[in-house]
Amino acid sequence: MAAHLSYGRVNLNILREAARKELREFLDKCAGSKAIVWDEYLTGPFGLIAQYSLLKEHEVEKMFTLKGGRVPPADVKNIIFFVRPRLELMDIIAENVISEEKLPAPREAHILFVPRRSLLCEQRLKEQGVLNSFTNIDEYILDLIPYDGDLLSMESESAFRECYLENDQTSLFHTAKGLMTLQALYGTIPQIFGKGECARHVANMMLRMKREFAGSQNQILPVFDTLLLLDRNVDLLTPLATQLTYEVLSCDSDQCVQNGFKFAQKKPGEGGKDLPTEPKKLQLNSAEELYAEIRDKNFNAVGAALSKKAKIISAAFEERHNAKTVGEIKNFVSQLPHMQAARSSLANHTSVAELIKDITTSESFFDNLTVEQEFMTGVDTDKINTYIEDCIAQKDPLIKILRLVCMQSVCNNGLKQKVLDYYKREILQTYGYEHILTLNNLEKVGLLKPQTTTRNNYPTIRKTLKLWMEDANEQNPNDISYVYSGYAPLSVRLTQVLARPGWRSIEEVLKMLPGPHFEERQQLPSGLHKKRQQGENRTTLVFFLGGVTYAEIAALRFLSQMEDGGTEYIIATTKLINGTSWVKSLMDRPEAQIL
Amino acid sequence: MAFVTANWNPLGDAFYRKVELYEMGWSLKDGLRECLVAAAPYGGPIALLKEPQRRSPSARPQLEIYSSSGVTMASFVWKSGVVKQLGWTVCDDLLCIQEDGTILIYDLFGNFKRHFSMGNEVGQSQVLEAKVFHSPYGTGVAIVTGASRFTLATNIDDLKLRRLPEVPGLQGAPPCWAVLTQDRQSKVLVANGADIFILDNAVCTPVNPPGLSPQATSIVHMCVSFSYKYLALFTDSGHVWMGSTDLKVCLEFRRLMCRRPKSREPSVVIMWDRHLLVVGLFPYYFLPLPLRLVYRKLYPLAIEICRYLKTPEYQGVSRVLKHWACCKVQQKEEADENIARAISLKLGEAAGISYSEIATKAYECGRTELAIKLLEFEPRSGEQVPLLLKIKRSQLALSKAIESGDTDLVYTVVTYLKNEMNRGDFFMTLRNQPVALSLYRQFCKHQEQDTLKDLFNQDDDHQELGNFYVKASYQEKLEARIGLLQSAVDEYNKAKNEFAAKLTEEEMRLLRFQRRLEEEKGECLLGFSLHDTISTLLSLGLHKHAEQLYKEFRVPDKRYWWLKLTALAEKEDWEELEKFAKSKKSPIGYLPFVEVCVKRQNKYEAKKYVSKVTLDQKVKAHLSVGDLEGAADAAIERRNEGEIGAVLSRCSPATDRALVERLNRAKATAAKK
Repeated sequence: MAAHLSYGRVNLNILREAARKELREFLDKCAGSKAIVWDEYLTGPFGLIAQYSLLKEHEVEKMFTLKGGRVPPADVKNIIFFVRPRLELMDIIAENVISEEKLPAPREAHILFVPRRSLLCEQRLKEQGVLNSFTNIDEYILDLIPYDGDLLSMESESAFRECYLENDQTSLFHTAKGLMTLQALYGTIPQIFGKGECARHVANMMLRMKREFAGSQNQILPVFDTLLLLDRNVDLLTPLATQLTYEVLSCDSDQCVQNGFKFAQKKPGEGGKDLPTEPKKLQLNSAEELYAEIRDKNFNAVGAALSKKAKIISAAFEERHNAKTVGEIKNFVSQLPHMQAARSSLANHTSVAELIKDITTSESFFDNLTVEQEFMTGVDTDKINTYIEDCIAQKDPLIKILRLVCMQSVCNNGLKQKVLDYYKREILQTYGYEHILTLNNLEKVGLLKPQTTTRNNYPTIRKTLKLWMEDANEQNPNDISYVYSGYAPLSVRLTQVLARPGWRSIEEVLKMLPGPHFEERQQLPSGLHKKRQQGENRTTLVFFLGGVTYAEIAALRFLSQMEDGGTEYIIATTKLINGTSWVKSLMDRPEAQIL
Repeated sequence: MAFVTANWNPLGDAFYRKVELYEMGWSLKDGLRECLVAAAPYGGPIALLKEPQRRSPSARPQLEIYSSSGVTMASFVWKSGVVKQLGWTVCDDLLCIQEDGTILIYDLFGNFKRHFSMGNEVGQSQVLEAKVFHSPYGTGVAIVTGASRFTLATNIDDLKLRRLPEVPGLQGAPPCWAVLTQDRQSKVLVANGADIFILDNAVCTPVNPPGLSPQATSIVHMCVSFSYKYLALFTDSGHVWMGSTDLKVCLEFRRLMCRRPKSREPSVVIMWDRHLLVVGLFPYYFLPLPLRLVYRKLYPLAIEICRYLKTPEYQGVSRVLKHWACCKVQQKEEADENIARAISLKLGEAAGISYSEIATKAYECGRTELAIKLLEFEPRSGEQVPLLLKIKRSQLALSKAIESGDTDLVYTVVTYLKNEMNRGDFFMTLRNQPVALSLYRQFCKHQEQDTLKDLFNQDDDHQELGNFYVKASYQEKLEARIGLLQSAVDEYNKAKNEFAAKLTEEEMRLLRFQRRLEEEKGECLLGFSLHDTISTLLSLGLHKHAEQLYKEFRVPDKRYWWLKLTALAEKEDWEELEKFAKSKKSPIGYLPFVEVCVKRQNKYEAKKYVSKVTLDQKVKAHLSVGDLEGAADAAIERRNEGEIGAVLSRCSPATDRALVERLNRAKATAAKK
């Protein structure tokens, strides 16, 4: 049981348990000992569903990574390929199976497609002449993976690129399917709102699928009141900005691995030499009390929070002097493990915070932030920016440059052709002409664009949605703008306005943002209409198509916790992103031959 | 009021009564003599084959099917081979087992469905006896041949024939035998004299039922209960043995009144009546009642019963309606439109209706147009598309697949079209379907690069062609690479993308320059960016070459200064750096000079440039070389509170107190301002 998933308003453990049950059922279908051959990409997502112990209980004895040639020797009865439905993987599997069949005692082969089977892939296996070699060909429907108590992710890295650059909407189909699964477990969501082309497409598919499943109508009281589907390209600005919450900064630093944190922990060895030990991995999710408390804070407020915590903990330790009676001492001792855990967690986070502080107090961090904030407030967005020029001249990392240039373009609703060409030329001459492909991609998704109209509507959007708050309070926030020390993420503002007073009040701005906005209602079977208690909060599922950033999550969590908010948010997305990973996913780097 | 128990009769310590429900509507002149008879379970139809032994063309047997109340449902002359046994499947299909091992299947209205054979070897030795049996796996058939060998099929819908092992000493037909289902396997229990054997796939095992009288010299009859749990054996000594089918437990053993019953059935049935509870439990593999009614085409009744039983719509009423519709599409006399309309009217939006199943049926009956009309109602594209492909409506299949959003379906149709159509038509089809086109492009990008180029060509997409050539150029060695880049330039020009064309030309120029450099100086810089090339040239001391590139590629002064400055500092060529600083007025100011020197830990060199730094950067410059006093002077002079603060923050307890006080005073004054 993953405790951190059941803390929230919606018990996401149900979803995880359903996924685990299905996995166990499939494993039991292949009777006897087994080896799993992994499509490497899947190990991360599966880690969130099942540990090795579960697999072991079901006679999984060996695990291999899928690669050409043959499956390594292992004394097992079954070989199971866990793969995404990709043609290139089918070719590798075929190679594996053909070499297996040449062995004197071939092992039984099975395929488990994640998240669903594909006719195209099966056709490919048939062409390769191996389709009949598989005892079981099955699918494991793993669309939405519970990531945290209020967070679901499809872990689909390339979703944004596919949807907005390549016009491949496969991930949206999986999104719609995932939402159907969710509704099967948590009830039909009566209201659907959306903004953007992809959102519209997903809603259409959902309504269509509902008709396909007509009759198998579930009788569960709806847990979610509203679903909000948001296209990432409705808000291209937010992911470009440097995120300033603790969670992000601790994850952006190099040591961060998939939702965990590695320390290069050193302890004094013999002869005074420091021997590096195994890096310590800290699981970071809401199950860790202190982390849950500070992760969504602005980094400027983390120090104060940590020192407050330190005082509480040492006060608790001091209690032992007051413990006089045997009962009191016993009571103190019983709390000791908890206190010790809290103390070590505090120590960890303090060292992380120190690492972060080194970054955030550096001049380059500050300069970068200043320019970003200038862009967001609309200062000189129509001119060539000296800071960007200097950064290019010093060959700062390309992604940093791309983020800044894109940000300027977004905040100016496109750049003058002259300015745009200047930047592009600077980039190509400095970082290499091959990046002409990447620049072309950025233009295609709208991150970079020449100004077509003289009218720049960003200031209108900024003012109407109050995207910039001068007096953002980082320590004791009263508005979501604290997450970016002044900038309120556009996507979250849209969410906030939807809850109160409703989108009708911002009709004009909605029209300026790309794609249609819409509302759909899904009929509930009679008897399932919720009778809301007075003061009971609504629950909204916000689905970010194309990725969500930690800062947006922090902002939504802040809204959930607001006393008079009236709405709690569960967040779902195709993938957790940050500016770097996002821009990276849009890059094309042809590998040059040795000349 | 009549005495309510009056018509109940005792049977041992249990009671039973007989109630006449209805009279049989048939008129059988000769009774059931010389007839093969089979009645389907649960009040199902009854089949009669009169005089099955007749063979001459002038006098053939007659096959008749009656409902359970004796209403004729079908009657026709039997023209096929000699029938040994009749039986009904769980779906109320009639099985006619012929002597030659062929089995013909008819529906309950006498329509021929299909036939299959119990194996070639049966043809010679012929079927002596056959039994039809039911199990969780469906309806099965077991036969014994003239060679005294048993052949068995557990499920006639998934035919797997199994020839069972030989029974020792058995010749001709056995006196009695039965089929059991045990341990998920069908087995034959056979008696030969006093010996009893169980035959499974592999072996013939002799068995000894516990408590069977030693007086019995032969088993003459045997019968298995409906649930396969119990077995009854009747011996020549007039004893009945009853026990579990695993032959481990004996429940009863007694001598019957009649020593040799004329007909074995009544006596055994009587014994089973004592186990009414067992009989009352329907084995789970029999069909639910409404479905049985459906097979008998009693649709309205089936619907009523579904509603009465409150079966969920999609499991109940919808399924009945589907069967009705499947039957409807076979009505040849009705026009397609009428049938489609009638079906859509009746089925409407009924939950979980599979229109594709109905359409498949229509297609199988040769009514393609009707099938297409019906498919229009199918909400599940996953079902719709494959059938549309099967009936060769691939264009329609493509639009349906796209509509569904299921990209795998789209890919499937596209792959199909690609194989079906000539290239031109295929491309034209894609052109009209942008979603399919972009998916196909994705496919080609990974699988068929050349096709990708053709696609761009046919769309006159010169921008993408340009990109394509650029990408391709990286796969090639220098000459070919420059060639491909030239193609890219041409395409970019056609796309009116002057910028891309110009920059790609630049790239070619740079490559040529790098090649020349390699030839002349032996320095391999191929593939370096312009920035890296210039920077390397500078660090190699090839200043002329660097200068040449700077001019030729019109590198902005600012960037060139940064570049040269960094390169010289990295090389620690301080002399050249100083010369450079003095060459003309720096477009980037002199603070960068200070900073690069500091970065290389050369404060001495750094200090040379501090005086040249503009006023607004002076404080920063002084601070970076560690000159607090200078910084303080500059800050105080500028009366800038922020800057004074910055200097103060760098002061330590070791700093001169007078300086700190001076700063504090100045800060206070600046704050007042």
